[in-house]
Amino acid sequence: MIDNDMNGNSIAVQVNDLRRTFGDFVAVDNISLSVRRGEIFGFLGPNGAGKSTTIRMLCGLLMPTGGTGTVGGFDINKESELIKKVIGYMSQKFSLYDNLTVEENINFFGGVYNVPKEKKIERKEWVLNMAGLKEERHALTRTLPAGFKQRLALGCAILHDPHIIFLDEPTSGVDPISRRNFWNLINGMSQAGTTVFVTTHYMDEADYCDRLALIYRGKIVAEGTPTDLRRKHMTRDVLEVNVDKVVEAFNTLTFHKIEAAIFGSTLHVVVDDEETFRERISSVLAESGVAVKGIEKIPPSLEDVFVTLIEVS
Amino acid sequence: MKLLRIKAITKKEFIQIWRDPLSLAMAFIMPVILLFIYGYAITFDIDKIPTVVFDMDKSSLSREFVNQFHESGYFRVNSYVESYKAIDPYLDSGRARVAIVIPEYFSKNIKKGFPVQVEVLIDGGDSNTATIAQGYSTAIAEGFSQRVRGSRMSPLIESRSRVWYNNELKSRNFIIPGLIAIIMAVIIALLIALTVAREWDRGTMEQLISTPIKTPELILGKLIPYFLIGFAGTLLTILMSTLLFDVPLRGSIALLLGLSAIFLFGGLSFGMLMSIAGKTQLVASQAALLTSFLPAFLLSGFIFSISNMPKPLQVITYFIPARYFVTILKGIFLKGSTLRVLWLEALLLTLFAVLVFIAANRKFRKRID
Repeated sequence: MIDNDMNGNSIAVQVNDLRRTFGDFVAVDNISLSVRRGEIFGFLGPNGAGKSTTIRMLCGLLMPTGGTGTVGGFDINKESELIKKVIGYMSQKFSLYDNLTVEENINFFGGVYNVPKEKKIERKEWVLNMAGLKEERHALTRTLPAGFKQRLALGCAILHDPHIIFLDEPTSGVDPISRRNFWNLINGMSQAGTTVFVTTHYMDEADYCDRLALIYRGKIVAEGTPTDLRRKHMTRDVLEVNVDKVVEAFNTLTFHKIEAAIFGSTLHVVVDDEETFRERISSVLAESGVAVKGIEKIPPSLEDVFVTLIEVS
Repeated sequence: MKLLRIKAITKKEFIQIWRDPLSLAMAFIMPVILLFIYGYAITFDIDKIPTVVFDMDKSSLSREFVNQFHESGYFRVNSYVESYKAIDPYLDSGRARVAIVIPEYFSKNIKKGFPVQVEVLIDGGDSNTATIAQGYSTAIAEGFSQRVRGSRMSPLIESRSRVWYNNELKSRNFIIPGLIAIIMAVIIALLIALTVAREWDRGTMEQLISTPIKTPELILGKLIPYFLIGFAGTLLTILMSTLLFDVPLRGSIALLLGLSAIFLFGGLSFGMLMSIAGKTQLVASQAALLTSFLPAFLLSGFIFSISNMPKPLQVITYFIPARYFVTILKGIFLKGSTLRVLWLEALLLTLFAVLVFIAANRKFRKRID
């Protein structure tokens, strides 16, 4: 059973007013979202925003405190065991067996997902190939580098060829090249028709997604394609200010009520219009003894969008 | 239930146990160590209790009396003293645990037919030994007086006791069959208590519960390897008991193994329940140790006789499966009991196993909260 949205697109995940509290703490505060079949849906937000709690509720690992929804057409409140048959889940913390070899882990999950005997070997080889682990098949999982482990975990989660996969921070702690490879894999699966629901706190990964939801303190603060989000929420200009003392410059600008954020060794300053603020920033910083090496207008990144949205809320 | 899933879990557990030599060693070395400790080191038999004698009579009759003690084998007379005061240092230092004081005119009064009192001082520090020594000394004294005046009159009632099932009264024969239950309880408690808790601790459970696996599949899959290891450990202890310690095995081996399997299954299910309820490895192993090993050791009748316990404790023992298993083991080993005698114990063991297995299945939640 596949639901359709108003435009006739089939829906893989849909929730309304999903809520989860832990005692007094509201981890997920009545969020609603829908994910179309075959798309890569990015769930972005800082640590502790409620990303993992949401994904766990969708996978049937955590009971929602309130709200309704379906995953793969099954009710998240009543049919969590049926949901588990059609999804693949990769948890935030690496959770395969360290003291099993690569192949033993794959065999184990193949058995647990009840992959039919005749398809088992084929699926195993496919996973080893996909994850680039053919050489390491007899290596103890414990000995693998983080990037390899990540790909193995993905492989084990999709052995049974699920319709929807949920990936909770799949790239945290992985080097940039492995991250890029990983996103290529995810892209490939999406092209093949698999729905991918992925959380991340790396804003630069957002551009890999077809659609995004930004979550902050349990609430969704924005939703749309990466392009939409930039256009809709970034009507103002972003200036990259290159200075010698970043923290001091940040404090000075904040003191003067100019919206700034630290990005590595530079500052991103969001302003209403470029011309007037160029002057102002230079003078304000010069007064407090910070040397300005350069000010440049840059296209807003999603991180700028996110910072702006959080300032607003 | 899918056989394939159970098989996958069982295989994985086996690999993990195999790669963790400590748990495997625990399963096989522990029984051997425990068996040696209890089989050799701890004995409740008393013999050659060091004894000091203060003989005021110094007659041939008094010497014969002392000799009776010595020859019984239970006492070893190793010193003589010449005053009451001189006895104290012997008992104080433990050089002697029993002192025999023979009064003056001992032989004269006996020959005249007057009652004679011999004083036997016993070190009560070890009450078990003291009680037994008291019993033996009374028996020796009675035997002696009967022999001396035996010709004149014989007692009205004479009790002649014969000991059945363990006719040498070897405490080893009584301890080792029960010990098998204790050893099994230890292996069970320590090995399986970690199996579920460890997966929560390491985060692997989160992955596992996101799959369509069913609870009974998971629990059975995890039980099977421990059951096989536990059964191998049981066979090992049974073999050692009979071959190394010469404990007689008079009953049916098939019955012994069958009932052992039921006890093992129940114990493993209980350990599993603790592991599920405990959630962290530390809590789970402590809980398992407290709830299965200690009661099995103290309240099963393995060493401490249940009928001598205070009533409330006796009631508690009915809820301890080891109690039934100890009865079964002692019965099959020493008396050659059959199921006709042991049916109630067997039934209760089975009932316990089934109930605990169901409880473990119910307690397990395929959820994080």
